[in-house]
Amino acid sequence: MKRLLKGGRVIDPGNGIDGMHDVLIDGDRIVRVGRDIPVEGVTVVEVPDGYVVCPGLIDIHVHLREPGQEHKETVASGTASAVAGGFTAVACMPNTTPVNDNANVTAYILAKAAEAGLARVYPIGAVSRGSKGELLADIAELKAAGCVAITDDGHPTASALLLRRALEYAGMFGIPVIEHCEDQSLKGDGVAHEGFHAASLGLRGIPGACEALGVERGVLLAELTGSHFHVAHMSARASLRAVRKAKEAGIRVTCEVTPHHFTLTDESLLTPVAYDTNTKMNPPLREAADRDAILGGIVDGSVDLIATDHAPHHYDEKNVEFDRAPFGIVGLETAVPLSLDRLVHSGLIRLPRLVELMATNPARVLNLPGGTLSEGAPADITILAPDLKVRIVANALRSRSKNMPFDGWELRGSVAATMVGGRPVFVNPEASIRL
Amino acid sequence: MTPAAITALRHKDLLGIADLAADEISLVLDTAEAMKEIGSRPIKKVPALRGKTIVNLFFEPSTRTRTSFEIAEKRLSADTLNIAISSSSVVKGETLADTALNLEAMNPDMIVLRHSSSGACHLLARICRSAIINAGDGMHEHPTQALLDAFTIRERKKRLAGLKVAIVGDLLHSRVLRSNIHLLTKMGAEVWVCGPPTLIPTEIRRFGVRATSVVEEAVRDADVIMLLRIQLERMEGAFFPSLREYFNVFGMTEKRLELASPDVMIMHPGPMNRGVEIASEVADGPYSVILDQVHNGVAVRMAVLYLLAGGSEHEAAA
Ligand SMILES: [Zn+2]
Repeated sequence: MKRLLKGGRVIDPGNGIDGMHDVLIDGDRIVRVGRDIPVEGVTVVEVPDGYVVCPGLIDIHVHLREPGQEHKETVASGTASAVAGGFTAVACMPNTTPVNDNANVTAYILAKAAEAGLARVYPIGAVSRGSKGELLADIAELKAAGCVAITDDGHPTASALLLRRALEYAGMFGIPVIEHCEDQSLKGDGVAHEGFHAASLGLRGIPGACEALGVERGVLLAELTGSHFHVAHMSARASLRAVRKAKEAGIRVTCEVTPHHFTLTDESLLTPVAYDTNTKMNPPLREAADRDAILGGIVDGSVDLIATDHAPHHYDEKNVEFDRAPFGIVGLETAVPLSLDRLVHSGLIRLPRLVELMATNPARVLNLPGGTLSEGAPADITILAPDLKVRIVANALRSRSKNMPFDGWELRGSVAATMVGGRPVFVNPEASIRL
Repeated sequence: MTPAAITALRHKDLLGIADLAADEISLVLDTAEAMKEIGSRPIKKVPALRGKTIVNLFFEPSTRTRTSFEIAEKRLSADTLNIAISSSSVVKGETLADTALNLEAMNPDMIVLRHSSSGACHLLARICRSAIINAGDGMHEHPTQALLDAFTIRERKKRLAGLKVAIVGDLLHSRVLRSNIHLLTKMGAEVWVCGPPTLIPTEIRRFGVRATSVVEEAVRDADVIMLLRIQLERMEGAFFPSLREYFNVFGMTEKRLELASPDVMIMHPGPMNRGVEIASEVADGPYSVILDQVHNGVAVRMAVLYLLAGGSEHEAAA
């Protein structure tokens, strides 16, 4: 079946496209992007003026929690959340139970993803067996089973030596090592950014230097090995400085930032609700100077991409004392509204840069199909309604978990529809589009 | 400027001094004066809180604070219930939220909470209709301690504004410090804090205090010196090398005391480590008001309980 997305602003930074175009889809592939494509024999989808047609968004940092933590999230609920958030593909972290350190777990996740039939799922394997930081996981086997990167996320890779080996070894397969950058001795029992607000609330601090040390370590080892090192959820200005310098030196380093780190600061620990465990994540919400630096990196190109670090936790797990609560918040369904509102409508960046941050670059960094509207590419397409106002309602999220600090927020910009392989998998009932 | 006289607190709970305005602090201190008089009567009991149920929920052992609250509650004729839960049993047992819901089902009027987690009282306050009184939460606040400290200072000095108060010790882990900083700065005192840099919270100056690691600088001309407990396990965290070295560098000795104002008050929230943060000669010396603090604790807690129970709704206590 042929479908023509007619009208709307088509943005495909990878191909330098930004303008009023139509997109012709045949089955699961993109056939053409252009003007005046004949409408005979095709189903025409009218895209309203002001809407944006772009390559499907890709979130490369998602915790789907399956296998083993299905009370928090499943592959099915997580991918439902993803497509509702405009993501046509997600890469999922290996810290499941058991850890995704072998082909069986990878195959299990992929089978669940196929069963759900929503977003594409690209598993990320563990660096080490059980993510225990001792022996390398079977990386060739993981790669053959479909893993697109390796990481011991949740923690940093246990030692500089293991990280070096992982970089060297993964380099052989052309996959990056993704690192949760942190010096664990400096983190200690820390639960919040080490700054005025944590001091005032009596919360143990995690300084920005804790993350930056991990970044510096990885940068040096990326230089040593020549392999690709990717910094996960970067939050501190000192980390950004290290990444900038590394890039200038030609070292193969890329980095991601999350919507919560570019939106919030550690002031959220105090207000509107003091000690809200939905403001507890690792790395923590940083002080304004860090947040502003991260925004600067988004603007000047030092930041490669936006990823959510979608980290579902059950209500009961979060409804405890702040220092006992697990780190993390869900983010798949709020990423687009936050990015449009805080980055685009605030005037910091334009839409093509946002598409680059959320589609083009995520595909490039993990070497994934997608992230482009090139002829013959998979018809993974996100349609954005940049001016559609949304009110975030935690209980309305598709994710099985509702842990996030944006409940009740009103934002400008939303997802209109999401197509995976030419198939509509999400249509926003508030948007004026029918697929 | 004297704050306008008020007759009630503006909050249902007492979670921290940070939430109180200067006039509310004055109200508590004034009320405590009336309460102190009750403690000097042959029959130390008034019916102000008759029929009220107060739960003392303690997740950390604390003989001093718990006893002080209990005496205060009894002097006001409240029905009291003590629940002591060791933090270790909580790991396996029910959550704080469940404990709160269970207590709430029994409809107490007030819950006095001591807990090792900062913000535990905020969690309780969100769940419970009862008034929550923070009796110390983690490293956050210990509001009744700061109130009794202020009461003790005011009793001697007749004022708080303009006094130089030096607080010396483990600032980082101290809830007493945070409550005292809020209270003293709101009341116009000049607050100096002092300790090794490893034990000074980040951006402490944003609290409106002067910070130094030179103890002589902190105590020079001080009207009040408050010493904070040095926990022995801090050595393991490499905050300082040894208790002996701590005492040599920061310990309050008679010699250092000579730098202070001639009528200086020496305070300590207890329990003390003699020979660590304070020399015995100072603790037991003529400037020490450490036992007055304990004594005043009862009156101040009576005032807090009375005001949170509705204050002027009831017949006057005195
Ligand atoms: Zn992480």
